[in-house]
Amino acid sequence: METLILTANHAVSYGAWSSRVKFVAAYPITPQTTIVEMLSEFISSKKMDAEFMTVESEHSALAAVTGAESTGVRSFTATSSHGLLYMSEMVHWVARARLPIVMPVVNRALAPPWSIWVDHTDTMSHRDTGWIQIYVSNNQEAYDMVLQGYRLGEDRKVSMPVMICMDAFLLSHTFAPVKILTPEETDSFLPPYKPLWKLDPENPFSVGGITTAEHYYEFSEMMDQAHRNAGEIFDEISREYEKVSGLLQTGKIEKYRVEDAESVILALGTMAEETRVAVDRLRAEGEKVGLVKVKMFRPFPNKEIREALENKSLVVVMDRSVSYGHEGPLSIEVKSTLYPSENRPPVLNFIVGLGGRDVTFKDIVSFHKIAKKKVTEGKKVTEPIFVQLKV
Amino acid sequence: MSKVKSIKDIPLQEYLMPGHAACAGCAMALAVRHVLKILGRNTTVTVPACCLSVIQGIFPKTAVDVPLKNTAFASAAAMASGIKAGYRVQGKNVNVIAIAGDGGTYDIGIQALSGAVERNEDIIYLVYDNQAYMNTGIQRSGATPYGAWTTTTPKGKTEKRKDLGFIMIANGARYVATVTPSYLMDFYSKFQKAKERKGSRVVIDLSPCPPGWRYDPGFTIEIGKLAVQTGAWILWEFEDGVFQFTGFSKMIAEGKAKKKPVESYLKLQGRFKEIIKSKEKIEYYQELINENWEKYLKIAEIYKKK
Ligand SMILES: Cc1ncc(C[n+]2csc(CCOP(=O)(O)OP(=O)(O)O)c2C)c(N)n1
Ligand code: SF4
Ligand SMILES: [Mg+2]
Repeated sequence: METLILTANHAVSYGAWSSRVKFVAAYPITPQTTIVEMLSEFISSKKMDAEFMTVESEHSALAAVTGAESTGVRSFTATSSHGLLYMSEMVHWVARARLPIVMPVVNRALAPPWSIWVDHTDTMSHRDTGWIQIYVSNNQEAYDMVLQGYRLGEDRKVSMPVMICMDAFLLSHTFAPVKILTPEETDSFLPPYKPLWKLDPENPFSVGGITTAEHYYEFSEMMDQAHRNAGEIFDEISREYEKVSGLLQTGKIEKYRVEDAESVILALGTMAEETRVAVDRLRAEGEKVGLVKVKMFRPFPNKEIREALENKSLVVVMDRSVSYGHEGPLSIEVKSTLYPSENRPPVLNFIVGLGGRDVTFKDIVSFHKIAKKKVTEGKKVTEPIFVQLKV
Repeated sequence: MSKVKSIKDIPLQEYLMPGHAACAGCAMALAVRHVLKILGRNTTVTVPACCLSVIQGIFPKTAVDVPLKNTAFASAAAMASGIKAGYRVQGKNVNVIAIAGDGGTYDIGIQALSGAVERNEDIIYLVYDNQAYMNTGIQRSGATPYGAWTTTTPKGKTEKRKDLGFIMIANGARYVATVTPSYLMDFYSKFQKAKERKGSRVVIDLSPCPPGWRYDPGFTIEIGKLAVQTGAWILWEFEDGVFQFTGFSKMIAEGKAKKKPVESYLKLQGRFKEIIKSKEKIEYYQELINENWEKYLKIAEIYKKK
């Protein structure tokens, strides 16, 4: 193990290097570019034994990666925002073909107006593609999740692609120490890729051919089952990674001071890290507050989240995107998860941080105060609160 | 496979099996059948949305006896590039071919194709050009010729078709050729060459389609021949920077044969009913063909063997 000072972008490049990725195809988009620039450097300097294809679009990037992966080769790409939207069709093709590609997506706002800053609308709009979605909240996690992503996705019980969602600039361009596994350590954790199926002239068959209602339904159910399996084995894989790396792993969610908390704040990505500070502040003021960092968004950790929130008196969900006309995606999931519970706490949804608006621990402390006030006053809040509006 | 020089040499091994669902008289099925005979067992095919994605058979059956990866409409060339790269990094030398329709090539797939050719990907790209979106029920494409009826050009197309061959030459493809299965030995000669070469190889196949072109299925071969004999389809190849006419088109170019009047090609096809109604329109059509020939004679001059 060695420690390097890396941005999260470079951390995932190292993740691909550690994972012995054999094929990369990518198309540049801010703030993803430095991921593939570094891989290009690794490959041209022979640090990495792989091929790099400089395609003419994201649609082709994911198509080419799909092609290589279909021959049984561990493959990688990365994108962001408009790039994800441009490759959207292929995003579904990959999952439905059960190809365990790992793809970091740097979360960036969508136009118009143009914005390069953090926002979760891009990956949220790809929630139902069949990709496993993991929101990382620091650079080390970004690296760890590439290795764990391949391990998880390639597991025969899963065979699903993995999207690593990481906040623009706050992670992508911010330096922090990252522990990198040695090749031996990696190999003891991540075995060579053994595909579920592969193109091979010695064993010819067609993939993705036209299918009637007689079989399509079953294919979709199998994808759902694969997600359920992924949910079941992810924590185990994380624990194994912890043993190999010596790095503490939390699994699907991370709970911070939740045990005795009366209210709990939930968030994805970097906002969750910021909330940790807010929780300490609120605790210092005598508020019994905890944090649930939701790392795995698909499959959704229903059981873990339900257990963490049941019987609490207040739940605050922060979302960095909104399903227009309804509420934030994390809030929607949290409410649906809590529905079977006997004791459902009130859930208040704050829409924050859109298009890169800063969300500091002080802001989070104030969101909590607003939420608590409303609940104490007996107000039933059913709509999301755009708490950071300036006008 | 030893060189096929006459019909008698064609390998008996089939890779497009009986039971595929192409219409009677489908020239695309012929092209697929023969190209797979040429490429043989050590081949992988990728197919974007088009008639071939349907006629290959319904899951769990397939009529194609080599690995076949179906893919998104716009992505054939990129998918083929990735498949080839995947094999390459494993040290496997497999013929990788994309087989796409004109819609998936001239229109929605041209970006991926242009990129793959510019990068000189080591792939063969076969476009079966039936000159419309047939799979979705005969809509116009960038390859639909002037005057042709489709469901979205009910009075006949008012624009000329794109010239993909010319685009591919300009794009830097290492090997570009036009074929039609009506001239099967020309087809074999070009694909055998394509198979042996490396780099980006694009073959444009005129692919008569009975339901789309509105003719009796028995005329497929005849129509392909007439297309060439009238000069509506020109057989040529572009190899290492040298352009050459081939087959009957070569005879036309060298003045050894005369182009038949285009009317004989048009009148067999219901899709040209608007054109053959009027003498002027037929004349205009003839002019378009002559113009195109002038252009190709110039191309041949520019890229002649030095
Ligand atoms: C992105 C996308 N848009 C539209 C379609 C619908 N579609 C399927 S096949 C096809 C036409 C294909 O035309 P062509 O490539 O000429 O092949 P042909 O049907 O003539 O064999 C269309 C429009 C699709 N599958 N994907
Ligand atoms: S519609 Fe035309 S191209 Fe399609 S299968 Fe039928 S004959 Fe062939
Ligand atoms: Mg067509």
